Amino acid sequence: MNYLSDVVALTAKDLRVELRARDTLPAMLLFVLAILVVFHFALPAGADDDAAYGLLWVAIVFTALLGLARAWVAEQEHGVLDGLVLAPCDRSTIWLGKTLATLAFLLAVQVVALPAFALLFAPLDATALVGVLLADAGICAVGSLMAAMAVAGRSREVLLPLLVLPLAIPLVIGGVGAAVSPEGGRYLLLLALYDAVFAVLSWASFEYVVTEQT
Amino acid sequence: MLAGSAAVGIGLALLLALVVVPEDADQGISQRIFYIHVPIALTAYFCFGLGAWKALLLLWRGDDRHDLESYVAIHQGTIFGALTLITGSIWARASWGVWWTWSSNQLVLFLVLFLFYCAYFMLRFSLEDGPRRARSSAVYALFGVVLIPVSFLAIRLANDFIHPTVFTREGPQMTALMFTTFCVSWAAVTLLAYVFYRVELAGKRLDLRLRELREDLA
Repeated sequence: MNYLSDVVALTAKDLRVELRARDTLPAMLLFVLAILVVFHFALPAGADDDAAYGLLWVAIVFTALLGLARAWVAEQEHGVLDGLVLAPCDRSTIWLGKTLATLAFLLAVQVVALPAFALLFAPLDATALVGVLLADAGICAVGSLMAAMAVAGRSREVLLPLLVLPLAIPLVIGGVGAAVSPEGGRYLLLLALYDAVFAVLSWASFEYVVTEQT
Repeated sequence: MLAGSAAVGIGLALLLALVVVPEDADQGISQRIFYIHVPIALTAYFCFGLGAWKALLLLWRGDDRHDLESYVAIHQGTIFGALTLITGSIWARASWGVWWTWSSNQLVLFLVLFLFYCAYFMLRFSLEDGPRRARSSAVYALFGVVLIPVSFLAIRLANDFIHPTVFTREGPQMTALMFTTFCVSWAAVTLLAYVFYRVELAGKRLDLRLRELREDLA
């Protein structure tokens, strides 16, 4: 029960900070809408729906990266991360709290962005939406760990996309496949597998990334 | 001695691959690059695996030696990975007429992995030397190895028609002499990679020791 209450406290902290500061969520929302407009001009005339789905996933990944960067860089600069690591709680609660908070922001943004996409480009069916949910979880899980690594060094804003993008490739494959392929279910299974494997791995290895002694 | 046997091994492999083995009926002379390309690819995977193993040892046992060993193994893996992509492109150009194709699973998987490990170096060079860097690099190396089967499954969901499947479930689809040549080549390239690994590791350890001595004297 203690573990769970730590996670809830950390997630609530992030959500409360965002509610008061209101800087990450509007930025992510505006970013994703602007990208959708850019897509309209990026896609050639008469491009089919499949291309639009592909670009949707580019938008999702980069919006998630934006959210992750803002979530972690601020914490590092204000020494909050060090404080949390020193606190007498299981370090993986930090990772889980951050992942859940980032996931919440991403979902909040997508509540607006996905209908906008469906309106402007192509419809999204249930398989596609489940794919989006699963992939969101995957990006936030892996992204939180990579962000923890990246913020410790120099050039952290550049490093985070570099670390996350290769890992995001199976998620993009899964997401686009779920939207485009007639056998969408297999792609959903892939996404679920990815989430299970990498969430567990990230959860287990977070401790090693933020601490220095064994 | 190890370097000598690696040199002999590579010489023997090249002799077998270029001269002794009969030409492939389907692809002609360009098939011979298979004897170099596939062992290099397998060795790249092996080096990444070795890097991940050393990374696991670092996190598990906490011995600092393993950080440099992991780094050098991944460095070798990246070098052999680059060679894989280059030899593969040459083979692709000779066989299929294109330098690259997205419809081959193995190519795409390898490219993703190569990209992943290139980012490893970006991570490493942006962090200050110390236990934080060692542990972050180790965790990242482990992620790479886990990424291999997951990416493989992901990329396989799209069908692969072009990349020749030489090793099927029925066993190697080639004659005994070709298989022997392949095995000799594979053993030789692996040995070569290991020699490079030892040489680079020794060099880097020497460099580290020299730096420590300089700091002590200053």
